[in-house]
Amino acid sequence: MTDPNVVTLANRNPGEAPADVLRMSGVRMKFGPVEVLKDVSLTLRRGEILGLLGQNGSGKSTLIKVLAGFNSPEPGSKVRLWGEELKLPLDPGRIRNMGVAFVHQHLALVPSLSVADNMLVSDDQKVRPWGISWRAERARMKALFQEFGLDIDPMQTVDTLAPVERAYVAIVRAVDELRRSDAGRAGEGILVLDEPTPFLSAEDVDRLFTLLRRIKKTGASVIIVTHDIDEVLSITDRVAVMRDGRLVSMMTTADTTRQEILDTIVGHAVSLYERDRSGSRAEGTAVTIKDLSGGRLEGFDATLRAGEVVGVTGLIGSGFAEVPYLVFGADRGQGSLTVGDKTVDLSRMTPGMACAAKISFMPGDRIHQAGIGTLSVSENATFLALSRLRGLLGLSHGAATRATESLIEEHDVRPPRAGVPLGTLSGGNQQKVLIGKWLAEDPMLLLLDEPTQGVDFGARQKIFEALDGAAARGTAILCASTDYEQLAQICDRVFVFHRGRPVAELSGAALTKDAIARACFHEASDEAETATRKEMTT
Amino acid sequence: MSATDTPSRPLASLDIKKEVERYALVLGWIFLIAIFGLLLPDTFLTWRTFSSMLGSQAVLVVLALGILIPLTSGDFDLSAASILVFGSMFLAVSNVQWGWPVGLSVVAVVLIGLIAGLVNAFFVLFFRIHSLIVTLGIGTFLNGMTLWISNSRTVSGVSMELVEIVVIQRLFGVPLAFYYGLLVALVMWYMLEFTISGRKLLFVGRGREVARLNGVPVERVRAIAFGISGGLSGLAGVLYAGMTGSADPTSGLQLLLPAFAAAFLGATAIYPGRFNPIGTLVGVYFLITGITGLTMLGADAYVQSLFYGGALVVAVSLSQLVRQRQPQHFA
Repeated sequence: MTDPNVVTLANRNPGEAPADVLRMSGVRMKFGPVEVLKDVSLTLRRGEILGLLGQNGSGKSTLIKVLAGFNSPEPGSKVRLWGEELKLPLDPGRIRNMGVAFVHQHLALVPSLSVADNMLVSDDQKVRPWGISWRAERARMKALFQEFGLDIDPMQTVDTLAPVERAYVAIVRAVDELRRSDAGRAGEGILVLDEPTPFLSAEDVDRLFTLLRRIKKTGASVIIVTHDIDEVLSITDRVAVMRDGRLVSMMTTADTTRQEILDTIVGHAVSLYERDRSGSRAEGTAVTIKDLSGGRLEGFDATLRAGEVVGVTGLIGSGFAEVPYLVFGADRGQGSLTVGDKTVDLSRMTPGMACAAKISFMPGDRIHQAGIGTLSVSENATFLALSRLRGLLGLSHGAATRATESLIEEHDVRPPRAGVPLGTLSGGNQQKVLIGKWLAEDPMLLLLDEPTQGVDFGARQKIFEALDGAAARGTAILCASTDYEQLAQICDRVFVFHRGRPVAELSGAALTKDAIARACFHEASDEAETATRKEMTT
Repeated sequence: MSATDTPSRPLASLDIKKEVERYALVLGWIFLIAIFGLLLPDTFLTWRTFSSMLGSQAVLVVLALGILIPLTSGDFDLSAASILVFGSMFLAVSNVQWGWPVGLSVVAVVLIGLIAGLVNAFFVLFFRIHSLIVTLGIGTFLNGMTLWISNSRTVSGVSMELVEIVVIQRLFGVPLAFYYGLLVALVMWYMLEFTISGRKLLFVGRGREVARLNGVPVERVRAIAFGISGGLSGLAGVLYAGMTGSADPTSGLQLLLPAFAAAFLGATAIYPGRFNPIGTLVGVYFLITGITGLTMLGADAYVQSLFYGGALVVAVSLSQLVRQRQPQHFA
C-alpha cells in the first residue's frame, strides 16, 4: 500500500480519458451482526455524472458514508482515488483535501448566518494573517456565483433564501472546496450529492441540474444519490442501482429505460411476515379523517374500521409523513377527525385532547419525541398509566414496577429489568417498551410513524405481533412509513402520496411491496414528465 | 428465555455501587463532622454549634428548594435571590414604615414572589426567550426596586412576632426556621416522587417534546414551576427578614450561587443524577458544616467561598467518576 500521506498526483495518467477517478471495490460493511453492504464495487469516471439509486435501506447512504469516512468498512474493502489505494477507514479531512466534496441532504447550512459565513466555515486552508477581508471574500464569492449564473448576495442570511437557492449555496460551497483541494488545482474533483432534491419543486430541480451540468463542464465528476428515476434519466451518464446491500446493476443511461431501472430497483424479495387479511374484522367505521391538510399535506380523507391497519407512504417530502402528527395534534393543521362518536376539529387538537380521546401516537424520532433515555424503563413505560398506579399515599412505586414487569414480559423486552435507564436498551427493545406503553392505554386509534426504524429483525417481528394483537382487540392502526416491505406485511390498505395528495390506494392482493414501490416511483415519474412537457411548451 | 435471565450476582454488586453513590454525600457529611469533632471536640461537637448551623441555613434551604423546581422542568431561575431580597425589604418597609400588620406583610411577600415568578414565566413562554435571560433581567429589575423602596438603606424594627416564630422559638433547641425548611423539603419530596404532577415536571425537564407528545401541557407546567420558585423565594425572604428583624438591600443577593451549588450538589445524592429536595438539604448542611468547622479552626472569611466552590466541583466530579463519566442529563 502506498503511503497515504503522499498525494500522488503524478500517478495519474492524463492522456487516458474517460478514466476511473474513483474505484471502490469489495466494500463490505456491518452494523453489529447485520451486513448492510455486501461486496459492493463502484467506479466513477472523469467528468461523468453517476446516479446512485435504490430503495430505503438498500445501502446507498451507507456506501456514501464509507466514502466520506463516517463508516468503517470491513477489512478487504478497497477504495482507490486518483489511482491511489487509500487506507481504510478513510480520513474525512484527507478525503476532502484530495478533492471529494459532499453535499448532504440537509445541506449543513446555518440558517441564521449569512451566505458568506456559511461559505467560509469549511475554508480552513488559506492562511489569513490579517483576518478575513470581508470585502475581498464577498467579491470572490459573487464572482463564483456568477460563474454558475447565480445571483445570490453573499451578505444575505441563509434563512431568507428560497429552498433551491440554499441548495445552490451548499453545492457551490462544495465546488469551492473542490477547487481548494489538491485535485481541484489540477482542474478536477468529485462532488457527491446525497438526495439534494426531495424538497424542491420540479422546476427548481431543473435549475439545479443546469448548475450540475456547468460543474461537470469544469472537469469535475458527480455522484448523485436520489429516489427519482426521471431525474436520473435527465442528468446522469450512468446509473448504479443498489438493492439489499448489493450493487445489482450498472447501466449506461442512454441505453436504458425507466421501466428497466424501476424493475432493477424493486427486484424481488420474500416477505417473512404476512398479515392475515382474510380474518373477520369488526364491521363499522371506527375512525374518520376528513379534509386533513397541513405541512406538505394538501388534503386527505380516510375511514378506518375497528381493527384495520392502514398505511400511508410515498417518497420523502410527499406529505404522507405529516398524517399521524396532524391527527394527533402534534402539528397544527386543518380537517376533522371522528373517533367513535366524537368529532374533533383538528385545527384545535392538542396531544392532551388526543390522549383523552383514546388516541395513541408513537412518533418516529425515538430519542427526541418518544422516550427519555435518561429515565428508567419503568418511568417511561408507566407515564401514561400513572393515574392507575395511585395508592393511598400517592404514586405506588411498587405498582409501577409490577406494571412495567408485566409489560416487559408481554413484549419480550431484553434485558428484562424495569430499573435501568431506557437509553441503555437497544433501539428495538426501546421501541417495544414505548409501543407497549401506548398499547397499554387500549387505544381506539393507534398512530405510528416509522415504527421499526433502526429496529433489528427479531424485535421487528415482535412489534408486528404486538400490533396484530392490538388490531385483533379492535384498535384501528394508521402507520406512516417509507418501508414498503413492512407496509405490505402489516397493512390491510395502503395510501400512496405524491406532492401532498393520495394518488393510489392499494389493498387485498394488489398490496405488495413491489406494487407500493411502483406506485411511489411511477407517480413521481409521471409528474416529472408533465412538468418537463409543460416547460417545453412554454 | 433462560439465556436472557440476568445472573443475580452482577445485579447485587451493581446495587451496592448504586447505594454507595446515593449516600456518598451523607457519608461525606458524617466524615466532615467526625474530622472536626476530633480536631475540636470541645467547641465543634456541641449542641449550640449544631443548632446554630441548622437554624442559620433555613433561608438558603428554602431558596435552593425554590430554584430546584424550575431546574427540574429545565429552566433556570436567576431571579430567585433578587425576589428574596425584594421580599424581605418589602416586608420590612410595609411593616415598619407603612404600618401593615406583619401577617399581611408576610402574605403579601409570598404573593409578590409568586407574581414575579409568573412574570418570568410569561416572558420565557410567550416570547420564547431563554430563561437565563429573562430571570437575569427580572432579577436585576427587582434589585432596583429594592433600592428604590428602601432608599438604599437597611430597614430594621420588623415586628418581633415574626422574629419570635423564626429564630427565637426553638424545638429541641433548634430554631423553628430549620423546621420550616425541613417541612418544605419533605412536602417537595412527596410532590416530586409520589404525585403525577411531580412526574410530569420531570418529563417536561428531560424531554419537552416527549412530554408534549404524551399529552402534558408543557407550557403550563413550566409556568407553574416558575410560580412555585418565585413563591418559595418570597418565603425565603420572609425567613431572611425574620432572622434579624431587619432587611438590607444587598447582602441576600449573595445567596444565589450557594443555592445553585446546593441544588447541583444535591443532585449527586439520594437520587443521583436528579435534582431532589433531600439531596439538596444534605448538600446545604454539608457545605455549612465544612465552613463552620474551618472557621472554628481559625480560617479567614474567604474560606467560605473556597469551600463552596471547591466542594461543589470536587463532589460533582467524584459523582461523575462513579457514573463512569457519562454525560450529565439534568435537562
